[in-house]
Amino acid sequence: MSNREWPLWEVFIRSKQGLNHKHVGSLRAPDATLALENARDVYTRRSEGISIWVVESNYVHASDPSDADSMFEPSDTKVYRHPTFYEVPEGIKHM
Amino acid sequence: MKTMDLQELEKRFQEKIDKEIKIEPNDWMPDEYRKTLIRQISQHAHSEIVGMLPEGNWITRAPNLRRKAVLLAKVQDEAGHGLYLYSSVETLGADREATIDDLHSGKAKYSSIFNYPAVTWADIGTIGWLVDGAAIMNQVALCRCSYGPYARGMVKICKEESFHQRQGFESLVTLCNGTPTQKAMAQDAMNRFWWPALMMFGPSDDESPNSAQSMKWKIKRFSNDELRQSFVDATVPQAEILGLTIPDPNLKWNEETGHYDFSPINWDEFWQVVNGNGPCNKERIEARTKAKEEGMWVREAAMAYAEKRALKKTA
Repeated sequence: MSNREWPLWEVFIRSKQGLNHKHVGSLRAPDATLALENARDVYTRRSEGISIWVVESNYVHASDPSDADSMFEPSDTKVYRHPTFYEVPEGIKHM
Repeated sequence: MKTMDLQELEKRFQEKIDKEIKIEPNDWMPDEYRKTLIRQISQHAHSEIVGMLPEGNWITRAPNLRRKAVLLAKVQDEAGHGLYLYSSVETLGADREATIDDLHSGKAKYSSIFNYPAVTWADIGTIGWLVDGAAIMNQVALCRCSYGPYARGMVKICKEESFHQRQGFESLVTLCNGTPTQKAMAQDAMNRFWWPALMMFGPSDDESPNSAQSMKWKIKRFSNDELRQSFVDATVPQAEILGLTIPDPNLKWNEETGHYDFSPINWDEFWQVVNGNGPCNKERIEARTKAKEEGMWVREAAMAYAEKRALKKTA
């Protein structure tokens, strides 16, 4: 038995024109060409997509979930970044 | 956070579960939660892959082109489902090939139903109707599993599987409305698959020691017996429409409980099959082992080719 496994790839699919590519899962393949072909067979058997990206999983860098509190705290505490923070006088429509 | 003791981590973990917050691959989780999921998801993946064998055998024997195209699509789906699940297992840090080797060595199990042979064409319809029907009952519950990648995989699998059950039922409707011989063939398949299908939900709740913990962790949402009962309740009226008799003299509607009563299951048979003594256990594992061993040169050649091309690019 070979000890060397095919590399792992992350698969992103654009479901239709105008939408962004979205992560759908992963698979193993020896190279990018076969990763794309395998992704087509594994993740788009029912017209789920019109475009596929594959990225070797090694190249994905992720934030640490245990740092999430401090990492995202600044976006939680600045309520004035949201339009609902501001009062609008009666009578004003569509602002 | 990093210096938190184990007890505190476990407490926070359970709080997340109780609040229905999904657990994702890099989140902290108890070792036992990880191990339970690796075991469950890999065995689920093996079931999808081994499940291709009894049906694959009928692709060249399908009675017409329509049925053949449908069966091909179904078997291809099972392969896809196996692959989604092996990917989920890898997110837990498990080695995909090691889980497959565990299947081949007999260490890992798979659904015992696939150790029964598919001997007639009616078996293919019955597998779609009863076996996929039972699998869907289990899998719909797993769509709400606390582990994100498994739950997401299940959503996709459930969407795809509903065609599996319908095509099986449709095929049986055709047989049951056909000649007396065809109808008899459908009844014979029903007689052989009914009890193994009920066994797919696993041991009774009082014989299933890990269930309570899995329910607490929300890996499981319903007990084996609850799911089995839902399956019986859903399936009996379908059998009536087909005009098939369910092979259980004690099956009857219970006004009081609002469910069907049915005979006790032959758990000796279940454990015999789980422990390797079913009609096809040996054949199934041999087929899987052969596929890996004899296909290995293809994997190696593809890897060598990719490496050669990569070298050329950099040269």
